[in-house]
Amino acid sequence: MKLKQLEGLLGDLQQFSNPKVELEQYPTGPHIASRMLFTAENSYGDITDKVVADFGCGCGTLSAAASLLDAACVIGFDIDPESLETAALNAEDLEVEIDFVQCDITKLELKGRTVDTVVMNPPFGTRKKGADMEFLSAAMKVASQAVYSLHKTSTREHIKRAALRDFNAKSAEVICELRYDLPKLYKFHKRKEVDIAVDLWRFEPRQNN
Amino acid sequence: MRLITHNMLSCNIKGVTNGFPLKIEAEKVIEKEVDFNPDFLRHMFAKIEWKALVEAARSMGYAELPEDSPDAAAIDSADETFLRKLHHALLELHLEEGALVCPETGRKFPVNKATFWTHIDSVDQSGGSASMWTT
Repeated sequence: MKLKQLEGLLGDLQQFSNPKVELEQYPTGPHIASRMLFTAENSYGDITDKVVADFGCGCGTLSAAASLLDAACVIGFDIDPESLETAALNAEDLEVEIDFVQCDITKLELKGRTVDTVVMNPPFGTRKKGADMEFLSAAMKVASQAVYSLHKTSTREHIKRAALRDFNAKSAEVICELRYDLPKLYKFHKRKEVDIAVDLWRFEPRQNN
Repeated sequence: MRLITHNMLSCNIKGVTNGFPLKIEAEKVIEKEVDFNPDFLRHMFAKIEWKALVEAARSMGYAELPEDSPDAAAIDSADETFLRKLHHALLELHLEEGALVCPETGRKFPVNKATFWTHIDSVDQSGGSASMWTT
């Protein structure tokens, strides 16, 4: 599948109808999602024929991208039932198989190391402090091959230190810097649109367990 | 939900020491064909909890998997029969409606429209949320 085609398909997905601010629900746009997964597969071979988990999947954009790039199995995890309903509809529209699990990711313990790759666009920690780190910690416990995640560029040094020192990362690399366009979604947003600098990270867990 | 996913899930309610594997109560099971990928299956085989898979498949109406996990030689051989059974059990059986049950507490977690729900309360607007994982 070509990048443009992937981006096009992701652009047709339904997004949050009723976004919950305390969960930092923002859609992962097709531009970012397609590039993130395309790079994960074309540069690193982390998607096709792999078991891929999407942490904080929301409406399932990253999950859908992984499926479209022929992951062997995709599982989306999210705490919000409404988003998962939308995610399930999206999967049906695209005619891809995605298993969804509704749970609190910070309390999740998966058996074994069946998951190869975790992809995620986690909360940045603007509502619940430290949420970004909680997601990263959870992902690093589960993935056997790689974790792809988006974090604010302003947190770069902090993330790198935590990943290598506390979360069992063998490597922590910023693959590219992206501009995340956030449309005015919530009442408290003053500007019509805002642009945030985010890093696309690739983490490799150490091979123990 | 497919059994490849079920094979990873355990009950994490506080106090539960062995919440794996979750028992399956199947109300609606459907089968969907998927492309056969022997390399992927060989790679997965080493990571699967075998007994849990056999029992789960049986609950879904599929009893073709051998009780005892075959040895590595059987997996590497050219005979595809075993791999085809593994393929079917892991990837082609879907639990559409039913429940996963904690083996220790008997707590039931619903599966509907193929989604597995650990709790069905909507998220508390004040920022907290009730979670079945730690009750």
